[in-house]
Amino acid sequence: MSEELQSGIVKKFLYINRRAPHGTNYAQEGLEVALIGAAFDQDVAMAYLDDGVFQLKSGQDTKAIGTKNFSATYRALGDYDVKLVYVERESLERRGLSEDDLMPLVYEDEDDDWEEKPLIHVVSAGEMQKIISESDVLLNF
Amino acid sequence: MTLEINGQSFETDEEGYLANLSDWSSELAEAMAQQDGCDLTENHWEVVNFLREYYDEYQIAPAVRVLTKAIGKRLGKDKGNSRYLYELFPYGPAKQACKYAGLPKPTGCV
Repeated sequence: MSEELQSGIVKKFLYINRRAPHGTNYAQEGLEVALIGAAFDQDVAMAYLDDGVFQLKSGQDTKAIGTKNFSATYRALGDYDVKLVYVERESLERRGLSEDDLMPLVYEDEDDDWEEKPLIHVVSAGEMQKIISESDVLLNF
Repeated sequence: MTLEINGQSFETDEEGYLANLSDWSSELAEAMAQQDGCDLTENHWEVVNFLREYYDEYQIAPAVRVLTKAIGKRLGKDKGNSRYLYELFPYGPAKQACKYAGLPKPTGCV
């Protein structure tokens, strides 16, 4: 990877998240790896499918299971210049969720007087397939 | 690893970052800085306190680029640039300031 970084080639990374947020480390690790990639100026987008959509649910509380509530960290995605978070509509619907149940993630557009713009884009399964096929690097968590 | 301050010992990772966030105190920050030969001025504290607030809100220690941008927004462009921050924290603003703030190593630093 270091050679690619030195050569200045920017690849489109898509981090695909399919698992529920707590109970395993996948969600937290996936988020941290994505932030690290973004810190290295790679073009990073996030995709949430299946139980992965629960990762973005607002009002998570991990007190009873004694783990760190890292869901606040999703709000840092915008600070790391991640501007695209795709959520599959069908996955939401099958779980009785809608966009209103998700955290209102935003990024501040430096080129537009720091105006806050939404990060989350709810897309259909068909659109999600297209997004996946147009990415250079896929990482599954 | 452990850090010995005023007869008390605190657990740290192999690079000297506090293992338990709750062990932190401003005296501990001063002592950690002194071990690196650094006196914490008001300008240093501004950054350290900012990082503690950032961690409180986002549950991560920000990478240097994120820190620089956020400082610029909060404290003005004359402080939100790497020259100013590296003068304060020559070992790397995010790494060094996070250590004194009692936070883990920043996400996105290697």
